[in-house]
Amino acid sequence: MMRRVGIAIVGLMVIAAVVGPWIAPDDPFTQHLSQRLGGMSWRHPLGLDELGRDEMARLFAGARLSLLVGVVVVGLSASIGTIVGAVAGYFGGWPDEVIGRLMDVLLAFPGILLAIALVAMLGPSLSNVIWALVVIGWVGYARLVRGQALRVRELDYVQAARALGASSARIILRHVIPATLPAVIVQGTLGMAGVIIAEASLSFLGLGVQPPAPSWGTMIDAGRSHLFDAPHLTIVPGLAIALVVIGLNFAGDELRDRIDPRKAS
Amino acid sequence: MRERMLTYIARRLALTVPVLFGVVTLVFALIHLVPGDPAQAMLGESAPPADLVELRARLGLDQPLGVQYERYLVGVLHGDLGTSFRYGTPVSREIAARVGRTAELAVVAMVFAVLFAVPLGVIGALYQGKWVDEVATGVSLAGIAMPNFWLGPVLAIVFAVQLGWLPVSGTGSWRHFVLPAVTLGAALAAMTARITRASVIEELRELYVLAARARGLSASRAVVRHALRNSLIPVVTVLGLQLGSVLTGTIITETIFSWPGVGRLLIQAINFRDYPLVQGCILLIATTYVLMNLAVDVVYAWLDPRIRYS
Repeated sequence: MMRRVGIAIVGLMVIAAVVGPWIAPDDPFTQHLSQRLGGMSWRHPLGLDELGRDEMARLFAGARLSLLVGVVVVGLSASIGTIVGAVAGYFGGWPDEVIGRLMDVLLAFPGILLAIALVAMLGPSLSNVIWALVVIGWVGYARLVRGQALRVRELDYVQAARALGASSARIILRHVIPATLPAVIVQGTLGMAGVIIAEASLSFLGLGVQPPAPSWGTMIDAGRSHLFDAPHLTIVPGLAIALVVIGLNFAGDELRDRIDPRKAS
Repeated sequence: MRERMLTYIARRLALTVPVLFGVVTLVFALIHLVPGDPAQAMLGESAPPADLVELRARLGLDQPLGVQYERYLVGVLHGDLGTSFRYGTPVSREIAARVGRTAELAVVAMVFAVLFAVPLGVIGALYQGKWVDEVATGVSLAGIAMPNFWLGPVLAIVFAVQLGWLPVSGTGSWRHFVLPAVTLGAALAAMTARITRASVIEELRELYVLAARARGLSASRAVVRHALRNSLIPVVTVLGLQLGSVLTGTIITETIFSWPGVGRLLIQAINFRDYPLVQGCILLIATTYVLMNLAVDVVYAWLDPRIRYS
């Protein structure tokens, strides 16, 4: 039941991101300074922010941005991590050693610390946030795929392909990577929640998307100055993040059980 | 046995040294990621050329890369992390003045997490499937899903703004700890509660607990006197694994509540483009994380002999 609710939440987020401009027809950037911090109304169901911009339109635009960052970061991280992990696991030896040490160093930075460091140096922008999150994100996929590749390379059909003269590149692309994809897809779904929180965290700290672009993190940060007079500016985008994180976790669990029923909880 | 333990510690230390070396190298490389000239970025576009030359020399950026790296390594080994551009004082001094505050906050948050989570998890296990369990599970799920940069302001709205019970920022008394520690510890508490619940449920099925129940012990006494101790091993594991999120959580929590620790110093340094100070803070947090992981592994080996024999 809860999992269906989770999938529904993720579906709603996607719908809100795609058709948001039609549901909340106001432009998320247009300011109505005379109505700043205006309350909820039929015209503005979630009220207006500190610059008189429609909060609902900004919430939907924020959903679009979160979804974009989530998909791009997970897509790039999973692609890089899968290739690197498959190479390390399949070949073993020095490539595995070099990649293993690199992963050890990257994993020595807790959470999003390295992303904060990278954005601090490169400068705050959406593209730098994406790259920073990819730099810390690919390692998890590489570890997962490396472990799977170590197992798959010993399987009979891979040994048979090798005996028939297939090149290493062909074996990795045609046999090893496809065998690891289900696990990567599940990790990607669960990992997207982490990416969305990381992007919002960086934006909250002023290191991510820059105003006036609407990110849920910047919206919470801006709302902090109006805790007394307009607490909904903080509460609403935070609820959106919490709901999407719960939804993605449930959706990931459901996907895992469908892909690998042995692990069904 | 003692020899095995020492061998394990030596092996684990040997694995840590290259990682620390890699961390220092990566932190050194950070300043070279700054687009263009770091000195120009720090001083601004309109800075006089003489000032730029002086700052480049002060940061060592006028030297060949190899020399810069060697100087940085030697400096780090001697506790010299450079000079803060903003304060004009040694980076290590600025960090030392604040690290205690961060440690206090992290420890209080972890204590809060354990004190809140273990009873919540035990209650969930004892009343498995009942409404009490549903509520406990809901609370822990909410704790995991709520980002701390949202929970902090919401707690401030309720307990500082509406009720006026607690201060919204600053330090000085136990009341100042409450909101930052709850904000920092909430996700950890939620995760710990879930693990405790699962672990206690597992343990309650063990024969020794069933035997205790057969002797007439109530479920709650069986948990407290028998199952809980064994259930706590996975809890310790989770606490160890979550050290990283507590450390990075301090960055956001300190920023929200103006807590004068290393996390807030890092964000202030970033905003001021004080790159040596940024490097120092990053190095401290990453090194602390690596060393704490080492300590946690050694404690595991001490608690569970199977680890040091593997």
